[in-house]
Amino acid sequence: MIGRYVVRRLVFAVVLVFAVSSGSLLLAVVAPGDFVTESLGAGVTAETAMRARERLGLDRPALAQYGHWLGRAVRFDFGRSLAYDRPVADLVPERAANTALLAAAALLVSTVIGVPLGIVSGSRRGALSAFVRAISLALVSMPPLLTSLALVFVAARTGWVPIGGMRSASANATSAADVLRHMIVPVLALALPIAATFERLQSQALNEVVHQPFVLATLARGVSERRVVWRDGLKAALGPVASMYGLIVGSLLSGSFVVEMVTAWPGIGRLMLDALRARDTYLVAGCAAAGTIFLACGTLASDAAVALINPRARE
Amino acid sequence: MTRPVTTASFVGALVLSFVCAGAVLAPYVAPHEPDARFDRFLNGPPTPVHIFSANGWARAPFINPWVRVNQLEQRYETDHAIEVPLRWFSGGRLVRSGDEARAPLFVLGADSFGRDVFSRLLFGARISLSVAVAAALLAVALGVAIGGIAGYAGGTTDTLLMRLTEFVIVLPAMYVLLALRAVMPLVLTSRDVFVILLGIFAVLGAPGVARGVRAIVRSERLLDYAAAASSLGAGHARLLVRHLLPSATGFLAVQLTLLVPSFIVGEATLSFVGLGFPDATPSWGTMLHEASNLRALADFPWLLSPAAAMFAVVFSVNLLLQRASASPLDRTRLTSI
Repeated sequence: MIGRYVVRRLVFAVVLVFAVSSGSLLLAVVAPGDFVTESLGAGVTAETAMRARERLGLDRPALAQYGHWLGRAVRFDFGRSLAYDRPVADLVPERAANTALLAAAALLVSTVIGVPLGIVSGSRRGALSAFVRAISLALVSMPPLLTSLALVFVAARTGWVPIGGMRSASANATSAADVLRHMIVPVLALALPIAATFERLQSQALNEVVHQPFVLATLARGVSERRVVWRDGLKAALGPVASMYGLIVGSLLSGSFVVEMVTAWPGIGRLMLDALRARDTYLVAGCAAAGTIFLACGTLASDAAVALINPRARE
Repeated sequence: MTRPVTTASFVGALVLSFVCAGAVLAPYVAPHEPDARFDRFLNGPPTPVHIFSANGWARAPFINPWVRVNQLEQRYETDHAIEVPLRWFSGGRLVRSGDEARAPLFVLGADSFGRDVFSRLLFGARISLSVAVAAALLAVALGVAIGGIAGYAGGTTDTLLMRLTEFVIVLPAMYVLLALRAVMPLVLTSRDVFVILLGIFAVLGAPGVARGVRAIVRSERLLDYAAAASSLGAGHARLLVRHLLPSATGFLAVQLTLLVPSFIVGEATLSFVGLGFPDATPSWGTMLHEASNLRALADFPWLLSPAAAMFAVVFSVNLLLQRASASPLDRTRLTSI
C-alpha cells in the first residue's frame, strides 16, 4: 500500500525531472544567441565563430543537439559545461550542496525560532505575545530579497559578520567556523520570514487546540498547565507546521536564489543564472534538473513527515 | 455579513491608497523628472526640511544646500548660511526647491547618477505596480477560465487541465521565471519587458487560482439552485458564468490581493539580477539593482528606499487581509513567487 504510493511518487518525480531538464535545454538551444556569441563577443570573425560552433557541436539543429544530450544523459553523462569546461555532473552537485546547506540550515533555524515562539504567543495573552505577533507579521511581509538586503546593510554598517561569499580569502579558509560565520547573513535572511510563518501557524494551531475538551480534561486531572501546553498541545498542533514543510520547500528554493544573488553565496541558483546568461546549454539542463530534484525530495520528505504525525493522512 | 473595520485594516488601506495616489500623480508630486541628473550631487544625501532658521525664528519651510567636501568619497556637508525656501505649486509640481540648480530638493537623496531617488520611486511605482496589477488580473482571468471549464465539464477535460496546473505548480517557480526570461534577448525595450513579465507572471499565477475556482464550481454545481437554473433553460455558458462563478468572487478577491505583492517582488527580483527592465527605466527593481553594490549600500542607505516601499505595500496587504483570510498558508504565498 504505502510502497505503491512511494513508487508512484518516484515515477512522477523522474518524469518531472526529465521534462524540466529537457525543456530547459531546448529553451536554451532555441533562444536567440548561443554560447559562442555570448562568450566571444561581437569582435570575432564569422569564420572563427563558425569553427568554435563546429567544435562545440552548436552548429547542429536544435533537435539533433537535444537528441545527442538525451542519448548520453540516459547513461548518466550530462555533458560538459561550455563556460567552466568541467563535467556538469561534477559542477552541479558541488553547488547544489551549497544551496542545500543554506536551505537545511534555514529550515532548522526557522523551526527552532518559530515553533517555540508560536507556542508562547498561542498559549497566553499579554505584552510578550502581542510583541511576538507584531514582529512576525512584519517579517511575514518581508520576502528574502528585503531581509537579505536589510541584513547585508546591517552587516556592512557594523562589520560584525561577513557580508558575502562562503569563505574568507585568508589562509585558514577551509575551517568550518569560517563557513559558519559566512552563513549567518544568508541563513537568517532565508530563515526569518519562514520562522515568522511557523510562529503564526503554530500560534493559531495551538490556540485552537487549547480550547478542545481534552485539554480541559487533562487540566482537571491535575496536570500542570505548562505540561499540557508544551507536551499535549504541542503534539496536537504539530500537524499544520509539518504540512507546511512541503509548501516551504518551493519558497526555500526561490528564496535561496535571491539570497545567493545578494550575498554572493555560491549556490545552484547563481550557477543557473550564469549558465542561462552564457547560454551554457548542458549546464542549464543540469541546474534545472537539480532544482527539480530538490523540490521533489523536499515535498516527498514533508509528505512522509505528515503521514508520520497524522495517521489519517496515510492513504 | 459585513466585517468591522479594524485599525489594522484601515492603516493598510490608507498606506496602499497613498502609494497608489503617489504613482498616479507622480508627474505632479515628484519634484524632478525621473531621469533628470544633478551632476554635482552624485549620491547626495536627503535634504532635511527645516522650519527654524539659524537664529531660532520659525519661518516658512526651507532647506539648506549640500556642499560637496570630498568628491572621491562623495561626502557632503550642510551649508547653514544659505536658506533656500521651498516653492509650492510652481511649474506644475507640488513642491520644489527655490533654487533648483544650487540646492535641489532630494526628499530621499540622490543615486549614483545624481537622480532624485524620491522622484524615481514615484515613477517606479507606476511601472512596478502596473505590471503587478495587470499580471494579477490576467492570472485571475486565466485561472477562472481554466478552473471554470475544468470544474464544469468534469471528466477527461477536468483531469487534463488539473494535471496541467499541477505540473506548473510543482515546477521551481523562480527557475521557470529565470529560464523563460533569460532565453529572451537580454536587451529589450521596457514595453517588451512589460509584456513578457505579464505573460510569465500570469502563467505562474493562474494554476493556483484555477484549482480553487474548480473546487468551488464543482461543489456549487451539485446544489439545488444550479439544477433550478438549468431546468429553467439556462445553457451551459449562462449557468457557469451567471450562476456558478459568482460564488467564487470572495476567493478571487483574496487571490488578486495576494498575487499583486508577489508579482511586485518578482519584478524586483528579476530587475535586481539584471533580467528585468532596462536600467534607465525607473522601477523598484532597477532602483534596487543600483543598491546591489555593497559599498554603496553601506554608505548611501537611502538607495534602499524601494525596498522600504515594497515592504510598506506587502505589509499593508497583510494588514488588509488579516481578517479576510486568516490562513497564514495563503499569506506565505505573498513572499514566494
